[in-house]
Amino acid sequence: MKEVWKPINETSVKEAVEQALSNQTSLEIIGHATKLNLGRMIEADVVLDMSAISGVILYEPEELILIVRPGTPLAEVKALLAEKNQYLAFDPPDFNLLWDGREGTGTIGGAVMIGANGSRRLSTGGVRDHLLGVKGINGFGEVFVAGGRVVKNVTGFDLPKLIAGSYGTLCAATQLTLKVLPKPPVSATLLVTGLTDSEALATMRRALNDVSVQISSAAHLPKQIALNSRVPRLSALEDSVSLIRVEGFGQSVTSGVAVLQQLLSASAFAGVLDQSESDMAWSEVCNAKFFASSHLPLWHLSVPPGAGAAVGERLMQELAGRIYYDWAGGAIWLEVGGQHDGGEAMIRTVLKQMVGQDSRATLMRASTDIRTRVSPLQPLDPSLMMLNERVRRQFDPQGIFNPGRMYEMNHAN
Amino acid sequence: MLMPIADKKMLARREECIAAFKTILPEENVIYDQSSLGAYECDGLMAYRQKPLAVVLPETVEQVSKVMAYCHSIGLKIVPRGAGTSLSGGALPLEDGIVLGMGKFNRILEQDFDNRCVVVQPCVTNASVSEAVAERGFYYAPDPSSQIVCSIGGNVAENAGGVHCLKYGMTSNNILGLEMVLIDGTVVRIGGKNLDSQAYDMLGLMCGSEGLLGVVTEVTVRILRAPETQRALLVGFNDVESAGHCVADVIAAGIIPAAMEIMDKTAIHAAESFVKVGYPLDVEALLLIELDGGVSEVDYFTGLVSDIAKQCGAVSTRQSNSEKERKNFWAGRKAAFPAVGKISPDYYCVDGTIPRNMLSRALSEISRMATRFDLKVANVFHAGDGNLHPMILYNADNDGEFQRAEDFGAAILTLCVDLGGVLTGEHGVGVEKRDLMELQFSPEDLNQQQRLKCAFDSNSLLNPGKVFPKLHRCAELGRIHVHRGATRFPDIERL
Repeated sequence: MKEVWKPINETSVKEAVEQALSNQTSLEIIGHATKLNLGRMIEADVVLDMSAISGVILYEPEELILIVRPGTPLAEVKALLAEKNQYLAFDPPDFNLLWDGREGTGTIGGAVMIGANGSRRLSTGGVRDHLLGVKGINGFGEVFVAGGRVVKNVTGFDLPKLIAGSYGTLCAATQLTLKVLPKPPVSATLLVTGLTDSEALATMRRALNDVSVQISSAAHLPKQIALNSRVPRLSALEDSVSLIRVEGFGQSVTSGVAVLQQLLSASAFAGVLDQSESDMAWSEVCNAKFFASSHLPLWHLSVPPGAGAAVGERLMQELAGRIYYDWAGGAIWLEVGGQHDGGEAMIRTVLKQMVGQDSRATLMRASTDIRTRVSPLQPLDPSLMMLNERVRRQFDPQGIFNPGRMYEMNHAN
Repeated sequence: MLMPIADKKMLARREECIAAFKTILPEENVIYDQSSLGAYECDGLMAYRQKPLAVVLPETVEQVSKVMAYCHSIGLKIVPRGAGTSLSGGALPLEDGIVLGMGKFNRILEQDFDNRCVVVQPCVTNASVSEAVAERGFYYAPDPSSQIVCSIGGNVAENAGGVHCLKYGMTSNNILGLEMVLIDGTVVRIGGKNLDSQAYDMLGLMCGSEGLLGVVTEVTVRILRAPETQRALLVGFNDVESAGHCVADVIAAGIIPAAMEIMDKTAIHAAESFVKVGYPLDVEALLLIELDGGVSEVDYFTGLVSDIAKQCGAVSTRQSNSEKERKNFWAGRKAAFPAVGKISPDYYCVDGTIPRNMLSRALSEISRMATRFDLKVANVFHAGDGNLHPMILYNADNDGEFQRAEDFGAAILTLCVDLGGVLTGEHGVGVEKRDLMELQFSPEDLNQQQRLKCAFDSNSLLNPGKVFPKLHRCAELGRIHVHRGATRFPDIERL
C-alpha cells in the first residue's frame, strides 16, 4: 500500500512539499481520486491527499466571486451557488459514470485541474475563463498567489490560466478564486430530427450565424446515440436528433425559441423540450452518459466547428464506433471498438490531415493496456513541447508534482 | 523611473547591428537617423521618452524570426511595438535596444464565418476587425477606448478590455489562436480555430504578458453575432454611492448588462461642455447602462433595471430611443478623456480595479486624497467590473505638480490593493506601475512570475525593465531553498 499524506491546512501542504523536496519524493496529488482515468498513469512515491483542504473561504454573490479550497466537493459548491441562483458557467462535466464511478463525486480542485468543459463551452467559455486567482505551493516549497479576485486584472502574468487544466503538475493549489454567474432562470431546447451529421451542423451554424439568439449549447446525436437517450422524447423520435438550447430570462427564451423555430425547416422541427426534459437531455450530452454502460475506448475531440461533420464522417468510415457532436460541431465524442491502440493512430492521422494543429484529441477512457500504449493527451509539436516542459520546470524543477501525468517528462536539458 | 543601465559595449556596436539588420530587411525598414527615431521615443505614456538604438520594421514572419535570432545571438535587447498606444509605457524604448515595430503586419488574413473567427496580422487595428465583419452581422467584442488606432497584437500583449468586459470578457477570453516568435527565432503556433487548446494554456499566458515572452505574428480572434438591438439608459443620482449600489443591485438581480459606466460630476460637466450630448448637469453621478439582445428581451430588462434604479434613489432616467441617441449617450462617456484634457492643461489617468462593493469607499477615499494632494480629480469607471479610471488634473508647468500627480496616482492604486483589488485592470503594468508591484505581490509571487520569464527568455532580452521591479538572474530564481532535515510534520495525517 502506497504511503498517503493527508495535510489538513495550507501550512501542512507546504510542509509536505518541503519534505518531498528534501527526500526527493514524488507526489501524486488527489482530491476524491475520481479522475485517475484521465491523463497518463503515473507511479509517484507518495499520495498527497488534498481532500481535507476543503471549505468555502468567501462567497459574495453580488460580486460574482467564490474563493474555495480545492478539496471542496464539487456538489457542495454547486449547491451553495444554486441557493443564490448562480452557477459555474464553465459547466464542469461529471464523467464518473464513464468509469463506473458514483455520480456527483469529485472536488472543485479536480474539475479545475483537468480543465474539462461542458456543453456551455460554446457560449460561456471554459474553466480557463473562470479561474481568476490561485494560491498554492510551488515546487520550490514556496507559497505563492497569482491573479486576483476581480475579473478585470492585468497585473503581472496570468498564471491561473496555466494552472487551469494543468493536471496538478504545476503546484499543489490551496485556494481557487472563481468567477461565478447568475444561472439563467429559464431554458428550453429545440429539437430537430432526421438530419445527417453535416446537415445538422449546417443547421446549427445558421442558428448561430444568421440570427441574434443567445444559444447556450448545440449538440447533434446521430440515430444510434439518440436511441439510447433516457429522455423519452428523444428516443421516441427513432432518428437522429439535434438539440439547440436557449437560456435566459423567460421573455428572452420565448422570443429566441420563436425566432429559431421560424429559421428551422418545418419538416425537421420536432418540438421544444421543457426545462426538466432539457436539463436531463443536456446532462446526458455534457457528461457523455450514452457511453456509460460500455467499457470501450472513448475520445473527446476539439476541432474547428465548421470541420466537425467532415472529421466525424471520416472517422466513422475509418473506425467502427459511435459518435456525437457538441459545441455546434466543435466537440466530437467518439467511442471506438476493436483497435489495439483505441483508435489513436487513426484519430491523430485524420485530425492532422483534415484540420492540422487546430485540434486536440483526449483519451477519456480505455483499458490499462491501451492507456500504457498511447498518449492520452494531444502530442505537441516539438517546439511547443519544449516550451511546455520549460514552463513546467519553472514551477516544479524536481518534478515532484504528478510527474508525467500530462506528458512523459523530458530529463534532458 | 529607473531603467536598466545601458550597456556601453552594445552602444558601441550600433553600426554593426544596423548593418546586420540591413542584410535581413529591406534597407528602408531599418531606421536609425536621430530625427526618425524620435517618432518611436514614447508610447501613450508620454511622460517617459527614450530614443532606441534603432527601429526595425519586418514585413514577414521569417524576417521577425531572423531579427530575433540575431538579437539573441549577440545579446541585443528588443522592445516590441504595435500601434504604440500603451498607457503604461509598455513600448518605451531602451537606449541599448531596438524597437521591433510590427506596423507592416496590417492585413486581415481570413474571415471564417463557418468557424466564427477572423485571422489577422498583429497590427490590424481593433476597430477594423469589427468593421470587416459588420456586414455579415458580426463583431469583435473587446473595445478599448483606443480601438480606432490600437492594434490586435498590442491588445494581446496588454490583455485589453473596454466597456463591454463585464458581459463579453477581455482579450484573453476572445482569442482562439496565436502564432508567435520566441527570442531565439523559433516560430510557435498555439491554439487555432478550435475552442480548447493543447497542454498548458500558453494562449492565456501570452495575453497580458506585455511583450516579455514573445512577439506575436498572427492572431485568430473569435467573433460574435451582433445583438439584435442595444439600448442605453442614462440614470442620474444625487450621490455616487447610490449609483454604486444600483450597479450591485442590478447584478444581484441576475442581470449582466453589456456595460455599466459611472461618471462623477466633474467628468459629467467636462464631457457635456466638450460634446454637448444633453447629460444632466444637476446630478452628482451618472450611471450609463447598456442592455443588448432581442427587442422584447431588452424591453423587459429596461423595465427591471429602471425599477432597480428607482429603488436606489435615481433622480432622472432616460433611455435611448434610437441608435443615434444611444451613440450620443456614449459619445460623452467615450470623450471623457479628451474632455478632461480641455478643462486641465494635463491629466494623469489611473487604472485600478476594486471589488464592486468597495466602490463608494474607494470614491470617498479618493476625494479625501484629492484634498490632501491639493489636486482635482475627475472619475469615470467601468462600474460593472470595478475598474476605476480616476483622472488627476494637474499642470506640468507648475513646479512639482507632475510628481504630486504621480504620487496621488500611486496612492489610489495602493488603496485599490488595500481594498482587495489590483494595480491595473486594463492598461498594464509597463514601466508606470512596475515599482508598485510589491504592493500587490510578495517576493515569492513575483519570483514565480519571473520564472515564467526565464522559461521564455532566460537572458532577459525581451522588453526588460517592464513589469518587474527587480531583475533577477534565472539561475538565482531556479534555486530551491528547503530547510534540510526538517522532516517532522505534525500536521500531516499519515494513513
